[in-house]
Amino acid sequence: MDTAYLLISLLNGLSLGLLLFMLASGLTLIFSLMGVLNFAHASFYMLGAYLGWQISQWLGFWAALLLAPLALGLAGAWCEQVLLRRVHRHGHVPELLLTFGLGLLIVEAVQLVWGRQPMPFEPPAALAGPLLGLLDTPQGLQWAWGSGPAACGSEGVGPCWQFPAFRAFAMLLSVVVLALLAALLKFSRAGLVIQAATTHPQAVQVLGHDVPRVTMWVFGIGTALAGLAGVVGGALRVTEPTMALSVGATVFAVIVIGGLGSLGGAFVAAVALGLLESLATASSARLGDLLPFSGAGGAVGGQALQPLLGLRLSQVAAVLPYLVLVAVLVFRPRGLFGKREG
Amino acid sequence: MARQAFPWLAYALLLALAPLLLPGSMALALLSQIGIAIIACLALNMLLGQGGMLSFGHAVYAGLGAYAAVHLLRALGGGSIALPVSLVPLAGGLAGMAAAALLGLLCVRRAGMPFAMITLGLGELVWAAAQMFPQWFGGEAGVAADRVVGAPVLGISYGPAWQVYALIAIYAFACTAAMYFYTRTPAGRMLNAVRDNPARAASLGCSPAALRYQAFVFSGFFMGVSGGLGVLHFEIVTTEVLGTTRSGMLLLFTVLGGTAAFAGPILGAVLMVLCSVLLSELTRAWLLYMGAVFVFMLLLAPGGLASLGPALRARLQQVPLRYWGGLLPALAGLAGAAALVLGSAVVLVEMGYHRQLSSALGPVRVLAGWPLDTSQATPWVVGLALLAAGLVLLRWAHRRLCSRWQAACAAAAGKGAPR
Repeated sequence: MDTAYLLISLLNGLSLGLLLFMLASGLTLIFSLMGVLNFAHASFYMLGAYLGWQISQWLGFWAALLLAPLALGLAGAWCEQVLLRRVHRHGHVPELLLTFGLGLLIVEAVQLVWGRQPMPFEPPAALAGPLLGLLDTPQGLQWAWGSGPAACGSEGVGPCWQFPAFRAFAMLLSVVVLALLAALLKFSRAGLVIQAATTHPQAVQVLGHDVPRVTMWVFGIGTALAGLAGVVGGALRVTEPTMALSVGATVFAVIVIGGLGSLGGAFVAAVALGLLESLATASSARLGDLLPFSGAGGAVGGQALQPLLGLRLSQVAAVLPYLVLVAVLVFRPRGLFGKREG
Repeated sequence: MARQAFPWLAYALLLALAPLLLPGSMALALLSQIGIAIIACLALNMLLGQGGMLSFGHAVYAGLGAYAAVHLLRALGGGSIALPVSLVPLAGGLAGMAAAALLGLLCVRRAGMPFAMITLGLGELVWAAAQMFPQWFGGEAGVAADRVVGAPVLGISYGPAWQVYALIAIYAFACTAAMYFYTRTPAGRMLNAVRDNPARAASLGCSPAALRYQAFVFSGFFMGVSGGLGVLHFEIVTTEVLGTTRSGMLLLFTVLGGTAAFAGPILGAVLMVLCSVLLSELTRAWLLYMGAVFVFMLLLAPGGLASLGPALRARLQQVPLRYWGGLLPALAGLAGAAALVLGSAVVLVEMGYHRQLSSALGPVRVLAGWPLDTSQATPWVVGLALLAAGLVLLRWAHRRLCSRWQAACAAAAGKGAPR
């Protein structure tokens, strides 16, 4: 793998990781406040993408970027107040099941409204092109803004790798939103109440704060983040009915790996998984190549394990998050930054 | 004793006589699937209902059992092994048990939320890994096998479908009895204690993780048996059997049937097969309907279908039947409003699905002999208006029933109900 390709893959991985973290942060916030994992979170992500596409058809992309998360946030707050609160007294399992049913319902309703075909959700024209291009030359790495160095495409040079402007915008947006979220939690009065309510809900209630209302708004903020991730992710990747399922499982892996309830852990896990997936997809190596004895000695066990060792890393990329999950669970059951039990 | 034996006798009779009551090959196929689903739902409920563990990836154990069974069946066909076909589901069970014994080590340490997420992750892992090995898992096309292999044992060849049903019925009864027996053993009782309060159970000297692990492994066994029976019924296995969708369906219908009562999942299993086979023939929106029913069930009766009977009995104890006369108009009003909401919602949903998925067949959706032109505005407007009216009526009818119910309660208490 040449340097330019590696750099581009790293950037892609970072942008995927930041997108994952935007989803995981909402999920973690909701989990730490309510003690319940929101299984409908990935469905809200999907709804965000479809709603974003619809609004972008009517009012343009920038309006969609603002309005879709807003609508999702209100819908989430409504769901918490009308649906989840009602089963809260029966314990966590019915709540979890309710979010599961809600997720199923949203996925089906989205297909009812928008059909089962992938949506042609494209980035806005202003961000459609590449931001910068990288080129490996015998003299070293060259780069330039726009479509790349002038030597691109000429005879005798390697392929020219480009980084899309929209991807860069998505990274920037994630960083800004998450910095705002961190500032809100750390420095604002509301954020302090939220933080206190995650650990001592009764005490906060006694001090005169309306904890159910706080819970409702946190649920709303979490789903709004999922909606924002949906608008960005829908335009960046694909907008289709299976997007909830494929992203959802990865995000759940992220928050278990990071440690349930830990925002920092979710960040590390999301970026790590994003990089891992991007690098594995970009790699052309086979599993057998990674083993030290892949030379002559490898022939001994190689025959029986051929189906395994012959797999390309890019084929394995889909299971990597779960393999990391299993490894973390074996060696550190509470996750990377999770609190110790009891 | 007779009181205890009666449900089992009825269950056995029902399993035995069902094919006679519902003749036809279609009914037999349905009944076979019901038998298989009963084992799977009960096995899932061993964890969910008895142990308080919410497994989101439980289809994995049935699926791996199914793959073991199908490869065994192929080996039997190849003649390299000799074994009565009747024992193939047991081999599936052992495979499911082995898989659960391995993967269970990772999940049982914690119950509740972490358990649910870890099982989800493991389910995804196994499913995604199975896609990578088409040599063993057959990929999209799946692995097929012939169930009529080897010499017939006692004249049973499994050529005719009724013989397979008989085997499924026997397995279903035996597995149900075994799982019921497990709930009565000291270990099963301790599992309930671990579900309700792990800290107290631990202070009694038992290890919650060990008890959860035991239940997990047993549950894996029964899941594997159901997978193996599925192989004998369908004679093909695709990677779909390992997928999250399958796990989700199992969970949804087990909860719908009711997790608190032992027989709840049996109800759920019957419903699952009827819905996924019959309802899916009638409408393409069946998953939407099931999701809605599931959410409403959780909101209104979290105990599932099996809790409706006891709830009604409690109501009757509170207000004896002779005071229900005044309630009837209010009840009828509520039922009418609910029917209006339901009917108009179904019309709208069906028209929506038709517009999205079957527009090639023309704009007209015929619903119960009633043509609806989805390209016209009228049916949509009328449907929406009826839905809105129904919702308003429902709210009003609900309020009326509440006030009547309170009046009936007061009357029953004032006149001195029996006891």
